Amino acid sequence: MAFDLDHSLAEQPTDGHRRVGFFTDTSICIGCKACEVACKEWNDVPEDGLDFTGMSYDNTVGLSADTWRHVAFIEQRRPLGHQEPGVGEMDFRWLMASDVCKHCTHAACLDVCPTGSLFRTEYGTVVVQEDVCNGCGYCVPACPFGVIGKRETTGVAAKCTMCYDRLPAGEQPACAKTCPTDSIQFGDLDELRERADRRLAQVREAGMTSARLYGHDPDDGVGGTGAFFLLLDEPEVYGLPPDPVVTTKDLPSMWRHVGVAAVALLAGVAAAAWGRTGSGTTGPRGRIR
Amino acid sequence: MSQTDVRMDGSAETRADREATPGSAGRRRERLVPQSSPADSYYGRPVLNEPPWHAPDIAGYLFLGGLAGASSALAAAAELTGRPTLARVSKVGALGALGGSLYCLIHDLGRPERFLNMLRVFKVTSPMSVGTWILTAYGPQAGCAAATDLSGRFPGLGRAAGVGAAVTGAGVATYTAALISDTAVPAWHDGYRELPFLFAGSAAAAAGGLGLLAAPLDEAGPARRLALLGAAVECVAATRMERRLGPVGEPLRRSVLMRLGEALSLAGALAGASMGRRSRVAAMAAGAALLAGSACTRFGVFRAGIESANDPKYTVQPQRRRLAKARAELT
Ligand code: SF4
Repeated sequence: MAFDLDHSLAEQPTDGHRRVGFFTDTSICIGCKACEVACKEWNDVPEDGLDFTGMSYDNTVGLSADTWRHVAFIEQRRPLGHQEPGVGEMDFRWLMASDVCKHCTHAACLDVCPTGSLFRTEYGTVVVQEDVCNGCGYCVPACPFGVIGKRETTGVAAKCTMCYDRLPAGEQPACAKTCPTDSIQFGDLDELRERADRRLAQVREAGMTSARLYGHDPDDGVGGTGAFFLLLDEPEVYGLPPDPVVTTKDLPSMWRHVGVAAVALLAGVAAAAWGRTGSGTTGPRGRIR
Repeated sequence: MSQTDVRMDGSAETRADREATPGSAGRRRERLVPQSSPADSYYGRPVLNEPPWHAPDIAGYLFLGGLAGASSALAAAAELTGRPTLARVSKVGALGALGGSLYCLIHDLGRPERFLNMLRVFKVTSPMSVGTWILTAYGPQAGCAAATDLSGRFPGLGRAAGVGAAVTGAGVATYTAALISDTAVPAWHDGYRELPFLFAGSAAAAAGGLGLLAAPLDEAGPARRLALLGAAVECVAATRMERRLGPVGEPLRRSVLMRLGEALSLAGALAGASMGRRSRVAAMAAGAALLAGSACTRFGVFRAGIESANDPKYTVQPQRRRLAKARAELT
């Protein structure tokens, strides 16, 4: 194999830093969107449209070049644990979740970037270098989560940096700092994973049997994510892919198929020029063989 | 234990913090829970972000790159078998298509002036990076081959460049399959086994079409045969891909452009191999049909991919099936 994806993180110079991440515990998200605002303010992310969508309280719609935190709102006629919703003769629950770039262990955006603009930082995060990016847009369809986008105004790719500029100062990212319920927790990834396991057990015990972790498993298709979640329903309900796989996992096989096709093309041309296939006439002068 | 439940009694001793457990307090009145299957998506919104590529630029490049690469290969074969006119038109056509390719590629960039940033790195994980280097190797050779042929100077150099352009040209014509497959776009990614052959066939048909269009009848034999071969490979690869992909292949199977492309390619190839052997006009018409067919196929593949990215079901359902299968194997 021409390359080994498993090395991508282990080989990174970390300058003694541990890999950091987000644990977004959606069970205590109250949908205040403070994270969206804090992110916009700190990172100077431009306005992304002021539309009324009718999708519950969500007018942000999804992550893009100009939206780095997105709070999803899902209304369901299903019970939340053993809580009485008190809205007449029906069950009701309102799920909220703040979505963000997953800072994948095997990040497709980074793999396919042809300029080296996207890179792995010493904190194990994935960041775009705006001054290097030439706006080819390849990272956009490569991301299995639909996170990264190409910004209209600057022509270059943009996404969450996990506040790369705050980390050296010992500050946590703006969204985690502002989250009033600690739904967004920032820290050492290994520690967050342990905390998430404990939290999952707690929430399940309290009656939320549908709770599950998303992105915490280092053996999943993207090698685990740096930003992972505690969800109360299937990932697709929140607009997340249920089983994302980094596209470059199949790249060695893609290259092999391309190689065979290229050789076949040359052989086909040779056969057409020298061979007697098909209608097999003409070529009067200088036929070799 | 702390709670988040709204309390009518107003007591606030228990502070809600990150240990708060929703749904843990209160008593729900007994009622039936409707058994509904979970939603497929978030308000029907796509999971993936749409590729920011413009169809005329990128689908246009898929076509022009294929035409350039395969034409260079045809030119070298024609030159080595003593068909100077076919060689010349193919070389000039390849150079023109290469020019168009570069225009499309650079025009589609958000920051065209930073085009050369592509040459900062070589990354085998990025087909765009590999493709840039293939083009960097191919371009000068294709240019040299055409220039020496037209000027009649340095024929030895021209021949060497022509062979070089043929070899690298085969890469130019096929790497674009990896380029679009190496994405999360369901129809493109999942088709990675057949796409290189589909693109090689489509490129061969286009190069054959150009030869039919521009070369005299007595030299166009290889072009006719290449067109026939290319069109056949293109159709077989497309059919196989559409079958193998199952539900994800739906946008491909539905694509009017792809059907049109196949029809034009096959008609052009057959007309070229029959009437095109005697009549110059018929040969030209067949060549034009082949070129149009190849372009339609590329735009069809491009559009079908975008369609598969924009509908969450093509992302979610195969992944769900994959998970279910993995779970079934575990138990
Ligand atoms: S979620 Fe998407 S943008 Fe973020 S690191 Fe993974 S592939 Fe890149």
